[in-house]
Amino acid sequence: MSKATDVTKINEKSPYYDITPGNQIYGGGGARKFTTGEWRTETPVVDWDKCTQCLLCTPCCPDSSIPVKDGKREDFDYDHCKGCGICAKVCPFKAITMKEGI
Amino acid sequence: MSIRERMSGNEAVAYAIRQVNPDVMAAFPITPSTEIPQMVSTFIANGDIDTEFIPVESEHSSMSATMGACAAGARAITATSSCGLAFMWEVLYVAASDRLPVVMAVVNRALTGPININCDHSDSMGARDSGWLQIYAETNQEAYDNYIQSFRIAEHPDVKLPMMVCQDGFITSHAVMNIELIEDEKVKSFVGSYEPENYLLNPEMPMAIGPYANSPFYMETKMNQRIAMKNAKKVILDVAKEFEKISGRSYGLFEEYHMEDAEYVIVIMGSAAGTTKDAVDELRAKGVKAGMIKVRVFRPFPGEELAAALKDAKAIAIMDRAESFSGMGGPLGSELKAALMDAGCKATVVNNFYGIGGRDYTVEDAEAIYNDLMEFEAGTKPFKQFRYIGLRK
Repeated sequence: MSKATDVTKINEKSPYYDITPGNQIYGGGGARKFTTGEWRTETPVVDWDKCTQCLLCTPCCPDSSIPVKDGKREDFDYDHCKGCGICAKVCPFKAITMKEGI
Repeated sequence: MSIRERMSGNEAVAYAIRQVNPDVMAAFPITPSTEIPQMVSTFIANGDIDTEFIPVESEHSSMSATMGACAAGARAITATSSCGLAFMWEVLYVAASDRLPVVMAVVNRALTGPININCDHSDSMGARDSGWLQIYAETNQEAYDNYIQSFRIAEHPDVKLPMMVCQDGFITSHAVMNIELIEDEKVKSFVGSYEPENYLLNPEMPMAIGPYANSPFYMETKMNQRIAMKNAKKVILDVAKEFEKISGRSYGLFEEYHMEDAEYVIVIMGSAAGTTKDAVDELRAKGVKAGMIKVRVFRPFPGEELAAALKDAKAIAIMDRAESFSGMGGPLGSELKAALMDAGCKATVVNNFYGIGGRDYTVEDAEAIYNDLMEFEAGTKPFKQFRYIGLRK
């Protein structure tokens, strides 16, 4: 059994012999360390005055980018949010708007 | 004591599958490979083996299910021919780049169109750049022996690549010939159990297989596949040596027939090698220094080794059982000529097409090719490249 892969050590400067066979990644949870937020072309922004903490947005996020702590949602995880806009669509209070750009 | 039997190539491969008892077989029927999953299904129904058979709806699915099972940690196999192999195309590359050592019995058949069920090598030759190991058999015996060896090669830690074990459709797959089978226990202990270091269903170490690898990673991935392919040469020879101990039959990357002092050589693959050997015997009886090389392993391509074996030949005919439609040579001809050029070969080298779509290739055809080689070399007949042997004119 291989050791968990340290994905922070495999990057665009890694030589071919440091890359696992078949690019397999061991250990799981690697996506957390892999910043994909830069793929965004639109960015969700919360209006905290309108947000009622109904938490409907959280389970709808396909990238788990709406963290919840002590029963309340926090700001977006912009390192992983890809700007799909589902949260803005499902929010019954129009508390989330999509702004152009990252 | 080994078991003397008579059976077809398909029966021989199915017999080997029963002995190996793989974890999963996913397959979809297509002539002439259909008998293999059919016979395996019978073994399963009779309780001879406990392989999980997945009756899929297409070959795209059979290859997907096979590689999925392999990724999960199973020893997984499939079988196919012709358009079935073509329908797997997309997934073949994924199995190779994900480094999943699945074993596929390929019963070579012409690709449609026009529609044709007979033997040529266009199916597996079309997949020659997919990153799979490819090994070809002349007889049912070789199909059986290659199949047993394939697991050790594909699953070797220095290789970890999928493997096609090819035999000629109908000629080998359906013709019944004598065969020497190895006892079940010996085969089982030779092949061993499949213990992958990492696999998807291992709760101790979750893993991701086949992640996105864009331009910063794709070439590095390909280099690693290339190294594994090169490593396979030694592994194939090592496994062959061990196999010889249990079978008494020896195998290399290719077979040399009367090559000690051969001046005129045919290089060929598959069942037609047998026909060519008959021609060599007849020419040798007349004092002609004829020889033959049968390429057993096509991927990895033993270019340097073939060039070394051909270094004393005066004239060479490379025989392709598949068109490339480059307007020039076929796959074997193009690759071997490149290797010969790198080795500084000065021989007369001609590349012919034969047996395409099941066209007969006879001992007389082979003799005529040797006679042409002698005449080309002597300058008594105008040199002609890329002929279709047996074409009506």
